[in-house]
Amino acid sequence: MNAVGERPSQNYEILPKPSETGEPLGELLEVSMGPQHPSTHGVFRMDVVLDGEKVMKLKPVFGYLHRNHEKIAENISYLGSMPYTDRLDYFCSMTNNWAYALSVEKLAGLAVPERAEYIRVIMAELTRLQNHTCLVGFFAQDMGALGTPLMYAFREREKILDLFESVSGARMMCNYLRFGGVRCDVTPEWLAQAGQLVDGYGRFLDEFETLLSENEILLARSQGVGVLPRELAVNASITGPMLRAAGVNYDVRKVDRYGIYSRFDFKVPLGEHGDVYDRYMIRVLEMRESVKILKQALRDIPSGPVMDPKAKLRGFRPKSGEAYGRIEAPKGELGFYLISDGTANPYRYRVRPPSFINLTILEDMCLGHRIADTVVILGSVDIVLGEVDR
Amino acid sequence: MTNASTLHSGVDEGLRSELQKQGIYTTSLQELYNWGRANSVWPLTFGLACCAIEMIAASMSRFDLARFGAEVFRPSPRQADLMIVAGTVTKKMAPLVVRLYNQMPEPKYVIAMGACAISGGPFKQGYNVLKGIDRYIPVDVSIPGCPPRPEALIHAIMTLQEKILNQKLTGPDRPRHLVADAPSEFPVPAYGEHDLEPPSNPQVWQAPPIKR
Amino acid sequence: MENPEQIKSRLEAAVPGAKIEILPNDCPAGERPLRVDTAHILAVAKFLRDDPQLRLDFCSNVTGVDWPETELTEKIKVKRVVDGVEKEIEEVKKTVRPGFLEVVYHLYSMELKHGPVVLRQRTANRDAETPAVSLTPVWRGCEFQEREVFDLFGIRLEGHPDLRRILMWDGFKGFPMRKDYVAPDDFEYEPTPHDEVLEQAKKHYPPEVTA
Repeated sequence: MNAVGERPSQNYEILPKPSETGEPLGELLEVSMGPQHPSTHGVFRMDVVLDGEKVMKLKPVFGYLHRNHEKIAENISYLGSMPYTDRLDYFCSMTNNWAYALSVEKLAGLAVPERAEYIRVIMAELTRLQNHTCLVGFFAQDMGALGTPLMYAFREREKILDLFESVSGARMMCNYLRFGGVRCDVTPEWLAQAGQLVDGYGRFLDEFETLLSENEILLARSQGVGVLPRELAVNASITGPMLRAAGVNYDVRKVDRYGIYSRFDFKVPLGEHGDVYDRYMIRVLEMRESVKILKQALRDIPSGPVMDPKAKLRGFRPKSGEAYGRIEAPKGELGFYLISDGTANPYRYRVRPPSFINLTILEDMCLGHRIADTVVILGSVDIVLGEVDR
Repeated sequence: MTNASTLHSGVDEGLRSELQKQGIYTTSLQELYNWGRANSVWPLTFGLACCAIEMIAASMSRFDLARFGAEVFRPSPRQADLMIVAGTVTKKMAPLVVRLYNQMPEPKYVIAMGACAISGGPFKQGYNVLKGIDRYIPVDVSIPGCPPRPEALIHAIMTLQEKILNQKLTGPDRPRHLVADAPSEFPVPAYGEHDLEPPSNPQVWQAPPIKR
Repeated sequence: MENPEQIKSRLEAAVPGAKIEILPNDCPAGERPLRVDTAHILAVAKFLRDDPQLRLDFCSNVTGVDWPETELTEKIKVKRVVDGVEKEIEEVKKTVRPGFLEVVYHLYSMELKHGPVVLRQRTANRDAETPAVSLTPVWRGCEFQEREVFDLFGIRLEGHPDLRRILMWDGFKGFPMRKDYVAPDDFEYEPTPHDEVLEQAKKHYPPEVTA
């Protein structure tokens, strides 16, 4: 690093470009995009080697938000880690809480009452709605539609955040789920407001789709770009909408049937080509399926307790053992691996982050495309750095 | 606008209001200079973590930060004059934060948004977390919260505007960019083997004395 | 899906010489892990991925666990001569279990929609860059997660295409997630310290306060 007043060394490098026979042909430019960059979705850096505008090599560099969540969790109790899980994927705090609560319930053998299960599904699907809405907004912004689709997206998101705030006290970091249920009950007025929001969401999606889905700039910039073949997606442990856009039918809600998802009637949309446009359309279709699930859940929610009476909040010491619990978070498969040694703190606490693993094939998808496509492809992977770096 | 009487120390209030009725407005260079700067603070797009989302929400249509002058968030530090450090600053990121601060032209301001930027926040025990960005660069306004609401960010921008409006152009307490000897660039820490070197900048931050 | 005993017997038939052990797991909902020795784990992984009954093509989670040296105490019954009469009495036997690190893999199947199968490989000791075998050639998804295991635990995974630090900076020394890692001392100002943080903060107090 430099002392004050020294001119900084250049932040790019010129590399020689050899032909197949080894003769020097020209120059390649190695440049670092990020970590402070308007379109990298957080502090994420990509070292790209460019031939003109085409990407020859791409190496992602992260760790700029490594906040030692796993190490901190070894020193505090199980319940003490619950607020930290909010801050992993900071858009979707309710689903992070659910993944962690599911793992601890598996470890300790706790049961969740019916009403709490319905509330969990409602919260998770609302989270999925606002995450995909924001993603479509950021995606359109990365393509150059500065501001306007994002404004529409955040307008809807504020309505959902109002619901979260009235039930848990915080807009984003809700810390609402507990081991064995949820923290407090929802009122009938809340359910009525949620019902109103869900009824109006279909119309908002229609408005959004009319503006975006057949927009010629979006089609030109996203069709055929960043293609991910099926076999590579499965071998590289890709999960979530990226995997389904490549044509693989694997949704943890349908495979594991955690919670009460087996009672709801919803489809899993699949893509054909695996390109950026497919990922965008999969997310829009998933939003419509979430609206369907929400309508069913709000209609069928029973009355009853929201917390398992046998669950202990203080002095919670599960027996020693290990468990791995996973859910279908909006970004992919979010899993928590816990090893307990019988004390109040976990022995090993591991987050399986979907965004981190979905970045494995970023280089493969970007090779041969222009540098402007890199931004679009990264937007379609949908990463959140809090989860990538933990 | 505050403290109007001290700014017009040479002009009689009665005369001033009489002139205003005739359509003649008087002001001082200091007031005009500060008014222009305070009402067009352009932030740098520098969201690190969760607080960045509340910063974006503050600039969206519900909480509209653009009404306060923060019309455009500039991506380049050379064109911004406010850096809102929103989110946890890790030791891997800290040299880059200081470099970006050095690249901003004077007059420049820093808002430390959220508990993590002020003191490390909930992640304070971490081996990779810098316990507050004020260890390396001077911070003007701090907003507590995890994350602070968009209204809190608007309150911080308003506090910063008041601070700018009350700055005197001459005299011993004039702002840093008008003092010839004050540094405008701060040394960038280097990656050491276990920690950053130096762990803090003694000219910017001293640990407060502990009374126990 | 088959239970761990059936998988173990088929693995021992398919990969001769593999030493597979089923580890206990007291949690009823959890799955019992299979511990495989490092010499054969690559062949075992290929078999698990390609076998038509298992088809475990999705490696969901790769992580490391640190088991430092511990003293195990157990009560055993021994025959001793007490007052001229031979009796069976209980004695406490203490053994020292040497420390090691483990890499844990959770495998699922996307084709057949079953799982999980948990694999574990154990290193020989807890040295600074103790070696183990990388399964990235079998499942590409292990690539970044194994780099993280190297970064935070210090297990050198042989066969990995690009093993370097991923979350900490390149010049960093030390392996933070190990149980004996000491965090750097920057506790000069702590408003409300307690427990270990209080001990560390006390080192920075002026001498008259600690007296």
